Amino acid sequence: MDFTFSEDQLLFQESVRDFLVNEVTPEKIRELWQTESGRSDALWAQLAELGLTGMTVPEQYGGLGMNELDFVLLAQEAGYVALSEPLVNSVLVAAPLLIEAGNTQLADEWLAKMASGEARVIVGLEINKLVEDAHCADLLLLEKAGAVYAVNPAEASLRENKSVDPGRKLFAVEFEASTAVLLADGEQAQKLITRALNRGALGVAAQALGLAQRMIDLSVQYTSERKQFGVAIGSFQAVKHHMANIAFRLEYAKTPVYRAAYALANDLKTSSENVSHAKLVACEVADLAAKNSIQVHGAMGYTWEVDLHIFMKRAWAFNSNYGTAGFHKQRVATAIFNDGAQLGAGKTF
Amino acid sequence: MKLEYTEQQNAFREEVRAWLKANVPAEPLKSFDTEEGFQQHREWEAKLYEGRWGMITWPEEMGGRGADLLQWLIFEEEYYAAGAPLRVNQNGIFLLGPTLMEYGTEQQKKRFLNGMATGKDIWCQGWSEPNAGSDMAAIRSRADLSEDGSHYIINGQKTWSTRAVWADWCFGMFRTDPESERHHGLTFILVPLDSEGITVRPIPQLDGLPGFAEIFFDNVKVPVDCRLGGEGDGWSVAMATAGFERGLMLRSPARFQETARRLVELYKANQQSADEDSNIRDEVMRAYMDAEAYCLTTYQTACRLMQGGKIGAEASTNKIFWSELDQRMHATGLKILATRGELEPESPDAGEVGKWLDGWLFSQSGSIYAGTNEIQRNIIAERLLGMPRK
Ligand SMILES: Cc1cc2nc3c(=O)[nH]c(=O)nc-3n(C[C@H](O)[C@H](O)[C@H](O)COP(=O)(O)OP(=O)(O)OC[C@H]3O[C@@H](n4cnc5c(N)ncnc54)[C@H](O)[C@@H]3O)c2cc1C
Repeated sequence: MDFTFSEDQLLFQESVRDFLVNEVTPEKIRELWQTESGRSDALWAQLAELGLTGMTVPEQYGGLGMNELDFVLLAQEAGYVALSEPLVNSVLVAAPLLIEAGNTQLADEWLAKMASGEARVIVGLEINKLVEDAHCADLLLLEKAGAVYAVNPAEASLRENKSVDPGRKLFAVEFEASTAVLLADGEQAQKLITRALNRGALGVAAQALGLAQRMIDLSVQYTSERKQFGVAIGSFQAVKHHMANIAFRLEYAKTPVYRAAYALANDLKTSSENVSHAKLVACEVADLAAKNSIQVHGAMGYTWEVDLHIFMKRAWAFNSNYGTAGFHKQRVATAIFNDGAQLGAGKTF
Repeated sequence: MKLEYTEQQNAFREEVRAWLKANVPAEPLKSFDTEEGFQQHREWEAKLYEGRWGMITWPEEMGGRGADLLQWLIFEEEYYAAGAPLRVNQNGIFLLGPTLMEYGTEQQKKRFLNGMATGKDIWCQGWSEPNAGSDMAAIRSRADLSEDGSHYIINGQKTWSTRAVWADWCFGMFRTDPESERHHGLTFILVPLDSEGITVRPIPQLDGLPGFAEIFFDNVKVPVDCRLGGEGDGWSVAMATAGFERGLMLRSPARFQETARRLVELYKANQQSADEDSNIRDEVMRAYMDAEAYCLTTYQTACRLMQGGKIGAEASTNKIFWSELDQRMHATGLKILATRGELEPESPDAGEVGKWLDGWLFSQSGSIYAGTNEIQRNIIAERLLGMPRK
């Protein structure tokens, strides 16, 4: 029994955090908001250079051959800077789906390009209705009517929808099945879709942890500087308790997320239930962080100029991404209210 | 990360389970806040000691098993799953014991640890005073060194001292330097409760039983060898105790996981009426997830400590988390029991209400004792987040 990350995993997290905090600054994010695609090829190339785009790509294709557990802390850091490049979905959803779909021709064609950063492969699951980042896809993997297809973006029509979060690019995507490669249908497709959904939800959950931490940091900094009644507002207990309430809950959202990553990496039977628990509590703590952070910022928090909204809006969008709270509660309920459920002391592991 | 028990850990669990199966009393003991129940629990401590299960985390040469924190968690899981009695000497074994091992002289260890382990000496804590609650540094009870330096003379009053009504010894903090203020000039002293000049006045708690007491000291003579640590070092010795308490060992996850399990059962047995309130299903699910999260985080902390980490703000985050979880779970339990929720279990029409009411009453104190949750939130904001003190 060892519920800690390895030194390598922690070092990787640290170096990725340093990189992201330096490169993906709020100023940079605002610049990208002004561009047509909202995405940066230069940044994508840097992420590839760090090995990040190939984290879950097998070594034979030039990737690092790592798993969900190796990536979860990095996804957390991506959340901390509200990264908009499709890194988390690429690593956790697209590459594993491409591998598990079992089409060697497609795998051979695309996995190496994913690792090198040459190509972005984008997945669209029906649970999300719209497809994030479809506009920058070199290959689309799409769920449609219970089947999974590989779609050439040139054969798809995109209709852009604007999100409250200017960093999120969302598209309704239409395509004719006849122009696409059928990867799976029936039971096999169901299996692929559930696994992709679980990984996507894990990615959202991990990023939500990072978002919550960022909002705490911004608020602590702001309330230590802003003065009213002659003192820093952060010295008022009502303000402190707003922050403490986020911080203690965050500690109890992290471990369910790490356990979910472990469950996926080890293909445990409890994966779906574990992911749903993680997604629920991580999004809740990010949501609470948004609520309490805007409050302690006063009117400043309600403005476009102050950076807080970059993170707040991402947290709001994440609430229903890769499954609403209702969807995930239903999965937890199924697991714990069934008659053979293993509950109580000593049944966790 | 490897979330699987080793073979040795599984074998250890089996050993604990087998012993508990053979030894846990079939009939639940009376409350240890009654005279008869206190005696029953004292005997249970003796039985645990005989099996060497009383203080497994103590080193072997002190009668323990030198168990690591993971073994402790496994032990607790089996202990709660078996429905074994509450620990009447928790204060001694989990709080004072480790503090004595760190700060006590060899002679003090010899003198006190064994009685603590066997249940011969049950300990209570004397920190709070009428005017020193959350603000523990406001302690005014005095311990004056006698002229020949052989003993202290204690005068003053402690209050809210749990188990004090039938306990044998009290450990706590007293002001030895009358000129001192706040956390300076305080000394950690062990006081036999049968000393002349001590009056213990029981205080009935919400359930009507005298679970805590006031202790009055009127020129009580205590030999200097009952001082733990140096004179004036009381605060740092006490903080070590408080660290153990709030840190990890006060409330193991197993306790709450068993409550969550019972809550799921209660809900399933009453689902039709419970579902009339659409919140209840959600609350039950949340209870299960939160108890699970408490377990996960505790395992993470235990593993981190075993690899040489130090306990930090976890002490405060987990105090808030378990105490508020306990309150929510019992509130939900009572809602499911509906009109029976207010009935004492022995009432003729109560039916199978179990211990929900009792648990609800006790859960009310969880956010108050061991540092109120407001104080814990202050600590998190100031020490974990670095927010300005003033
Ligand atoms: C069941 C139970 C068992 C106990 N057992 C023991 C025992 O064995 N030995 C022992 O010594 N003591 C014991 N206590 C006492 C316990 O430690 C105190 O009750 C606790 O420290 C709070 O002190 P108080 O009751 O004086 O409340 P107060 O300090 O008067 O607090 C009252 C309210 O004011 C709030 N408050 C106070 N100061 C602040 C602040 N700075 N910021 C924000 N809010 C604040 C508190 O959070 C609380 O809500 C026990 C208490 C209970 C309920």
